[in-house]
Amino acid sequence: MNRRDALGRVALLLGGTVVGAELFLSGCKNAPDKNIGAGGTNFSNDDIAYFDEIAETILPATDTPGAKEAKVGAFWATIVKDCYTEADQKVFLDGMKKLNDACQQKNSKSYMESTPEQRHDLLVALDKEQKDYMAAKKKDDPSHYFRMMKELTLWGYFTSEPGATKALRYVQIPGKYVGCIDYKKGDKAWATT
Amino acid sequence: MPAEQNTYDAIVIGSGISGGWAAKELTEKGLKTLMLERGPNYEHIKDYKTANLDPWQFPHRGEVTQAQRKERPYISRTWGAKEEVMESWAKDIDCPYTEVKPFNWWRAYRLGGRSILWGRQSYRWSDHDFEANLKDGWAIDWPIRYKDIQPWYDHVEKFAGVSGSLEGLEQLPDGHYLPPYDMTCVERDVAARIKEHYKGQRHMIIGRVANLTAPIPGRTACQFRNRCWEGCPFGGYFSTQSSTLPAAVATGNLTVRPDSIVMRILYDKDKQKATGVEVLDAVTNKTYEFYSKIVFCNASALNSAWVLMNSATDVWPGGLGSSSGELGHNIMDHHYNVGAAGVMEGYEDKYYYGRRANGIYIVRFANLFGDKRDYLRGFGYQGGGSREGWSRDVAEMSVGAGFKEALTEPGQWGMGVTGFGEILPHHENKITLDATTKDKWGLPVLSMDAELKDNELKMRKDMASEAQAMLEAAGVKEVRTWDNGHHIGDGIHEMGSARMGRDPKTSVLNAYNQVWDAKNVFVTDGACMASSACQNPSLTYMALTARAADFAVNELKKQNI
Repeated sequence: MNRRDALGRVALLLGGTVVGAELFLSGCKNAPDKNIGAGGTNFSNDDIAYFDEIAETILPATDTPGAKEAKVGAFWATIVKDCYTEADQKVFLDGMKKLNDACQQKNSKSYMESTPEQRHDLLVALDKEQKDYMAAKKKDDPSHYFRMMKELTLWGYFTSEPGATKALRYVQIPGKYVGCIDYKKGDKAWATT
Repeated sequence: MPAEQNTYDAIVIGSGISGGWAAKELTEKGLKTLMLERGPNYEHIKDYKTANLDPWQFPHRGEVTQAQRKERPYISRTWGAKEEVMESWAKDIDCPYTEVKPFNWWRAYRLGGRSILWGRQSYRWSDHDFEANLKDGWAIDWPIRYKDIQPWYDHVEKFAGVSGSLEGLEQLPDGHYLPPYDMTCVERDVAARIKEHYKGQRHMIIGRVANLTAPIPGRTACQFRNRCWEGCPFGGYFSTQSSTLPAAVATGNLTVRPDSIVMRILYDKDKQKATGVEVLDAVTNKTYEFYSKIVFCNASALNSAWVLMNSATDVWPGGLGSSSGELGHNIMDHHYNVGAAGVMEGYEDKYYYGRRANGIYIVRFANLFGDKRDYLRGFGYQGGGSREGWSRDVAEMSVGAGFKEALTEPGQWGMGVTGFGEILPHHENKITLDATTKDKWGLPVLSMDAELKDNELKMRKDMASEAQAMLEAAGVKEVRTWDNGHHIGDGIHEMGSARMGRDPKTSVLNAYNQVWDAKNVFVTDGACMASSACQNPSLTYMALTARAADFAVNELKKQNI
């Protein structure tokens, strides 16, 4: 059952008023988790919502938009489906499950059920794991799945419109080039080179 | 079609950098000229489909898809496989080639060829280059010297628009330049420290590049977007479309025929001259003959050799221009994928504005002015100094708000250089027709059999260690070197397959790019090169083309051809 279906049924049951929907949905949150990656690279809306929440934990909304607002989850889905090799797709799809399993083990809750703090702590641990793995791996070994997710997040976010124009500075037509200007701490980096 | 409708004064095979120049020069001298391009039409501005898109409008944000890789397996091995230009490259599966030795061939089969995609670095050769073969006793002597080509460098630089600085260096002659691009703060200091450390014997200069740092008639100046290879809506750099083609069209003497694969040059054995070309229409598969007084072969180095080889007759079974036994041999390139980079401290309060379509250039110093190495010839470096962006790894941070905020600011300054080394001509580095493999149109394909030899491999060690030494001398820290290996073609400067020379027994072309065996056929692209030097070659192709066109028209007037 996806979120839209669930909301529709609740509304029907209660005569058109979505009372208690949040309660109903939270009880339902385990259901999509069991289906993580079930469609392979034909990612479902639940998959993309899951990606968005991972990406948002990596690059959260601050005084600039976060990864979710930049639709980074949908970007992950596009790249993994269209651009990844089969071998990398497999690592990624396995990783979708591994991340949630690691969350279950650590917090006794799925990733989607976990609090922002729990998600953050989990990803800090996974980031350490991927850094250790990447440092030790042989040249032709595949990347760690969380390395893929982190790269997809940075790439998808900083090339998005909110990322490029709000978190960074973007000028479509600079019109001039000045090789040496003053910079003060806090000034944004250029979005493109 | 009746023959008279298919008859021109001149036929130009190819529409890239040298083909565009041939068409411009010949039409401006009054010749009715037919320019043939094997790929489809590609119209200035209108067909630059991605040039005004913002990064987020690219569905794959610069990456190519696996489906695209399957259609273009050769270019997929290279850094040319980027979303914004992937469809610009030839569809490899339609026109494969075979590899006795690994070869990465970058091809753009559409009007303008690689002139849209090129790197635009534009350097003159000097007599150190033209005399090198003779002095070293290697291969054959160039039939020309700097004085022969100098007025033609002047001619093409003035029209194409090249920006750069005047340096007064004997090994890299100055030309006619638009104002130079700016260096970054780090580059300025690195250049000054290299000069000081090497007592004025080594030079890091701003790249000389065919981008307009000031407008020239009919063209807008560079807008510092650094998206040249998508096609420039401002005409801010030299391409066939922005520069030579409009000039040729303006004469009223030019006919352009896209989708026209030249299968062979037609040869009259009694007159010992070409009479025209046979063309296969790439769309309809129909064949046509076109006739002319002269033929300029500008199909790019390897394809010009292919056209000549595929023009075999019972007189010349190895192909037109094959009498010396050198046609298809002496394949060269520039070897690179070797260099050094490090970080620069102390410039955290400096940055830059705009996107420079250029970098720095370190001028050749090896084996010049008394310097002696354990190999022949030399190399230059291209590179730059800039600040890291969001793609850097912030090692001490992992995920979350602090990590994100750190990435919104520029990172460390880095400075890096990549070598471009000369490759010596070897007879055994060759391409041949592979009669057993056919392309989509049933034509034989090229078989590539060329590799780096001992001289280049020795040079590469020196390229890495000298890069490291110079960067360290300039105060760059944590310098690391790399050598990722080089397959012929990687430099995108393939050349030498129909070399110029002084003797028809050892060369395919004479001093004016005339085929010894058919004097109304001229080959003025990279095929003509007798050595490779280490400078980017396109400016030299332009100059040789304009020079040969001038010669050809004079010879026509004198009825010598």
